[in-house]
Amino acid sequence: MRDAFVRALVELARKDKRIELITGDLGFGVLRPFWEEFPDQFTNAGIAEQNMVSVAAGMALEGKTVFVYSIGNFPTLRCLEQIRNDCAYHNANVKIVCVGGGFAYGSLGVSHHATEDIACLRAIPNMTVMAPGDAMEADACVRALVAHPGPAYLRLGRGGEKRIHETTIENFTVGKALRIHEGERVALFSTGAIYEEVAGAYEALKKQGLSPALYTFPTIKPIDRALIENVAQNFELVLTCEGHNVLGGFGSAVSEVLVATDNRKAKGLLLGVHDRFTEIAGDREFLRIQEEIDSQNIALKVLEKLRG
Amino acid sequence: MNSKQLSWLIRRHCVEMTHRACVSHIGSDFSASDILATLYAGVLRYDADDPQWRDRDRFLMSKGHASAALYAALAESGFFPVEELMTFCENGSRLIGHVSSKVPGVEFSTGSLGHGFSVAVGMAFAAKKSGDMGHKIYALLGDGECNEGSVWEAALFANHFRLNNLVAIIDRNQMQSLDFGENTMELDDPEGAYRLIDKWRVFGWRAIEVDGHDLNQLKAAFEEASENADKKPHKPTVVIADTIKGRGVSYMQNDVLWHYRYPHQGWEYDVAVRELCDAIPDGVVDPYASSVIMREARSENDGETADDHALSSSWKTTYPEQMRRVEARPGTDERVHAVIEDKQ
Repeated sequence: MRDAFVRALVELARKDKRIELITGDLGFGVLRPFWEEFPDQFTNAGIAEQNMVSVAAGMALEGKTVFVYSIGNFPTLRCLEQIRNDCAYHNANVKIVCVGGGFAYGSLGVSHHATEDIACLRAIPNMTVMAPGDAMEADACVRALVAHPGPAYLRLGRGGEKRIHETTIENFTVGKALRIHEGERVALFSTGAIYEEVAGAYEALKKQGLSPALYTFPTIKPIDRALIENVAQNFELVLTCEGHNVLGGFGSAVSEVLVATDNRKAKGLLLGVHDRFTEIAGDREFLRIQEEIDSQNIALKVLEKLRG
Repeated sequence: MNSKQLSWLIRRHCVEMTHRACVSHIGSDFSASDILATLYAGVLRYDADDPQWRDRDRFLMSKGHASAALYAALAESGFFPVEELMTFCENGSRLIGHVSSKVPGVEFSTGSLGHGFSVAVGMAFAAKKSGDMGHKIYALLGDGECNEGSVWEAALFANHFRLNNLVAIIDRNQMQSLDFGENTMELDDPEGAYRLIDKWRVFGWRAIEVDGHDLNQLKAAFEEASENADKKPHKPTVVIADTIKGRGVSYMQNDVLWHYRYPHQGWEYDVAVRELCDAIPDGVVDPYASSVIMREARSENDGETADDHALSSSWKTTYPEQMRRVEARPGTDERVHAVIEDKQ
């Protein structure tokens, strides 16, 4: 997913000299294709995220399209006020890119778990918030964001995510969810790299005789209201799953639409990190199991909820 | 145990820990090993049986990515069994990849740069306010960490409130995650008009500069810092420890690759162990030579950072030339600083 991001940005930067990439001294082995080809469009701002984001705002207000790159919470929570006041309030064309959403850097510990970023970033006016689920979605998001002026947040996994889409996504639109499988009774909503777990749950539920619908949401803000309303009126259960605190993130964004839907039939089931910090080491798969957002637990919870 | 013995053991454990867990930051562990050894073998006052002893010196590892070195120092100082080091970064282990305060002897969790130092300032401030001056507060920072604005906010605060119970140590290894520090964010004037130590002095601190791999110089610097505490006006002291990233294993020295890469199975691991064992100090037994600690490396593909960092050891940064101020030959301790022309 990281590599897809860099590949797409390299292609775009060839045609558009306004594109700038700034890193907070991270991206070893990732950003090299960009800095080799465009040394004049690349800056290492050092380990100083607050300054980096405000510098990006200044550059954007002078006409640049600025991508700011770092990992975990460094480009988001570390400099949240700079994002809010300098980028969002001024509608500056700054795209904040975080590698390592959720538990991607599992064993590196709490400092490196990005599990509150969606909640924080989507609460800021003017921000677009995107969390692609695979390399194809990441590619489409980068292209869409360059064509879509204004402040945005792009939350990436790391690499090696399961492929969702075999080919380039046709008619990709900011704010639109993508349907992977049609279905009935149960709709599974996924955002970001947790897709592999949701897809695993989908397979498990199929084996149980269910035929769930499966959607991926590359955009969390603006959320796809029309789709959620339609599903809420026609399905029995809507499940959301995210590699993020269950408070304030993707599930909250979906449920904000659910509660306001007329003639709603669907119940909601929101899965995410249990509003707590991890106090032990563990890789991504291990930590997902701890938080019950692995495929097996997701499927179990759907079955429990259906039984009422 | 003396500091020479401890510094060797820290490095030896770091090789095993990073190799076994397939995780990063051995270069940073190595640049900080002699500083940690000096502190834990004769400078810090602590009670390994009572990690929360009220009058202990506080030590905060602000550069939280050098966690293996700190955990090794703590285990060898008796805070927890040395065997536990082998669980580093394993599922369920308390030895998390960035410094975790769930580990006995660790004062504070870190991992995002520019936090631990400010917290140390807060601890020193609280102690001074309470007239509780029987202990000191130490914080170890990276020089790359000095990119962070919060470091300089803390430096202003610590001087303003005359925190003479505070000692900061800068691990000046001159290398960050992508390249040399001077190619990233200039701290020394390339023409020599001012240096990092001068920045601290104009922020009001007393500053000492030492060879960060010379255990005697380090010990003397901490003694001087203690004497400074009684001098007026009351000022905090910073020790700039001139170090080399990857120090201890020849091929890791001064090579940015070893910020992230771990010693892989094969010659990397073998040479690292052999070079360390060739320099084993008197009175130390290699804990890995016998079956005292079983070593079993995880498959390299299992390592979480494997896909990031399993790069060829011939990897060279191709960082934009116009930003270059320092050149070096990886695997040596030489660095050539050059003045570059401003690009117009």
